[in-house]
Amino acid sequence: MAVLNDEQAMLRDMAREWAANESPFTAWRALRDAETGAGFDADAWQAMSGMGWAGIMVPEEHGGSDFGWMSAGLVVEELGKVLAASPIIGVTIAAWAIAQGDSDEAKARHLPALASGETIAALAVDEGPRHAPGKIGAKVENGKLTGSKGFVADAAEAGIFIVAATDGLWLVEKGEGVSVAGRVLADRRSHGEVVFDAAPATRLGDAAMAEQMLDRARILTACEMLGMAQHLFDTTLDYLKQRVQFNQVLATFQALQHRMADLFAEIASMRAAVEGGLEALDSRRRVPQAACIAKARANDVLNLMSREAIQLHGGIGMTDEYPVGDYLKRARVLENRWGSSAFLRDRFAGLAGY
Amino acid sequence: MATTAEPAAQVSESAFREDVRAFIQSNFPPELKGTSNALASVESGAGESEPQRQWREAMGSRGWGTPTWPAEYGGGGLSRREAAILQEELAKAGAYNPIQGMGVMMFGPTLLEYGSEAQKKEHIPPICRGEIRWCQGYSEPNAGSDLANLQTSAVDKGDHYLVNGQKTWTSGGQWADKCFCLVRTDRADKHKGISFLLIDMDAPGVEVRPIRMISGMSPFCETFFTDVKVPKANLVGEEGQGWTIGKRLLQHERTNLSGGNAMGRLGGPTLGELAKMYRETDEHGQLADRVLRDRIADFEIRWAAFLLTARKAAEESKAQGGVSEISSVLKKAGTKLGQERAELSIEIMGLQGLGWEGEGFTAAELAGVRTWLFGKATTIYGGSTEIQNNIIAKRVLGMLDHQ
Repeated sequence: MAVLNDEQAMLRDMAREWAANESPFTAWRALRDAETGAGFDADAWQAMSGMGWAGIMVPEEHGGSDFGWMSAGLVVEELGKVLAASPIIGVTIAAWAIAQGDSDEAKARHLPALASGETIAALAVDEGPRHAPGKIGAKVENGKLTGSKGFVADAAEAGIFIVAATDGLWLVEKGEGVSVAGRVLADRRSHGEVVFDAAPATRLGDAAMAEQMLDRARILTACEMLGMAQHLFDTTLDYLKQRVQFNQVLATFQALQHRMADLFAEIASMRAAVEGGLEALDSRRRVPQAACIAKARANDVLNLMSREAIQLHGGIGMTDEYPVGDYLKRARVLENRWGSSAFLRDRFAGLAGY
Repeated sequence: MATTAEPAAQVSESAFREDVRAFIQSNFPPELKGTSNALASVESGAGESEPQRQWREAMGSRGWGTPTWPAEYGGGGLSRREAAILQEELAKAGAYNPIQGMGVMMFGPTLLEYGSEAQKKEHIPPICRGEIRWCQGYSEPNAGSDLANLQTSAVDKGDHYLVNGQKTWTSGGQWADKCFCLVRTDRADKHKGISFLLIDMDAPGVEVRPIRMISGMSPFCETFFTDVKVPKANLVGEEGQGWTIGKRLLQHERTNLSGGNAMGRLGGPTLGELAKMYRETDEHGQLADRVLRDRIADFEIRWAAFLLTARKAAEESKAQGGVSEISSVLKKAGTKLGQERAELSIEIMGLQGLGWEGEGFTAAELAGVRTWLFGKATTIYGGSTEIQNNIIAKRVLGMLDHQ
């Protein structure tokens, strides 16, 4: 755990307590099993926004707290632990993009509504099943955006989209020229195919800013993954200490002890990489490299942890009743979002010049 | 580590920094700038040049090689802050700390904690002056990972102990002046029968045989004790307290073998840079072998995460005032990555990276081979990876012993 200041420690404790009491795993399960197609519980998001979590990256003059990336990351990690469904990553990143962007009108119009939880934002970058920011076809002509975006998280609920086009970042409001078709993925959250047909767009920034936004999305997504990996590790360790076979609790077997020691070391590496990413964002030092390190480690360690969690739980881990499977399914969706490890290694090597 | 002694006078930070600068200016031989003889002079048979000797004596006279050790025993008596300033100024001047080795790293801190007043007065000052080489008499042919199984015996003969037995993997034993040794004073109790004894390496009955390793080097020895008389004054702590003292010493060893210290020696080019020297590049200046490039990036990302982990462990330990639990993974993670790096380096260089000696190879290529081979020791010594896994599972994760 990073060494935190008082404000950050308070925020993390608040998030931890709220997640445990108000949004335990059973809350996600109730949402999933209601089969309304909703990606998150609207009342829960209002409660989170009420605690200031939607406005962590919104400047104070626009109704946010401007607490910084470490604070945002701590909250996202705690939500990841309980698999709490929320649009917090899209909203936080969108708020950053709008606040950094060229349009004062967009700031005044959208930032307070994002901070209050009233408006949901979604990031619309990739156009196919893989992260490929170098292959964007969406175009803007005369202020009208045309193109289609695939697997956009919370597309159905979003009021605004931050859209990557060939010449940079744009903001599009849902309405004229925007249509959304749902896509149900294994994680059962809300995703959608979004088609923009000459939709009115507001310019936020150039292609370099789009890159910066993606680095932020990578790091914040890695925070959710860190929470998930930590939870899977903790719950697996608890299980090994309880389950008895051959008249022994499983935790006494050295074959399992050494696997857990390996996983413990991997999660320590993941945590250092993810927190290093947040620190890089707050200090604005070597952010592109830090984003590759954070997300690549998050991808690889969560992938391993989610497989090991199932194996170490045995048959019970395969049942729908048990939570482990939900983490596994969510893990793969997040691993593919904003860059697989192969994509990130390519980017990291390119940045290092080899 | 020793308790921090208060400096004699309350000197302000900037005045202290000035003092350090002036000291380096007038004592550090300019021809040594950017070099480091610290390890070579202490842990090998390599001799010392005249400027190296001068620099060691100058640092030793201030106790600044062991900056936070108490001044009354020859240490620097500096606060942590002052020690940090000293380190910063040495780095700025391209100067190294010439007072190193097992005495500084492991034995000194342990003796300061457990030794008698007379023992501290006798043994700590020569360590602070860099005048003495200590070696570690722990492992035996049948006591490796199961260290407490050690059999070297010390029998009470009134005013002395009579020591018989064999130690092995004695690092630098052939050059050492003294040995801190775990010996058996009681056969009835595995752990409580162990005592911590200091033995002169030139005492009659001590014989040392270097062991030639796969690297071609002989950094370790077998040490034989045959009816060696050791004065009772050389017993540290009580008889039977050796396991407790010995384990404390291992904590100092582990801290030094993990994270920063052992791995800081890697230096040199990154694997990406190395690959660009030995492999073809494409029109963008990137490695043409995309598979190798991917694997190098995978390593470099995990290496970067390890450095962040080591930094975080240090920050947490400092903030909590104790050892951070993630410190327990540093030895195992750092040594594994070090070995991976050496293997990848050879793969990058091909047969050019496997030169043993003679013509046709650069000094760096030849050194790389020895480093690769010696590096196999890192996951075995200082508590093997398997022992580290046991420690993590039992002490950190609370997984129980097999019933």
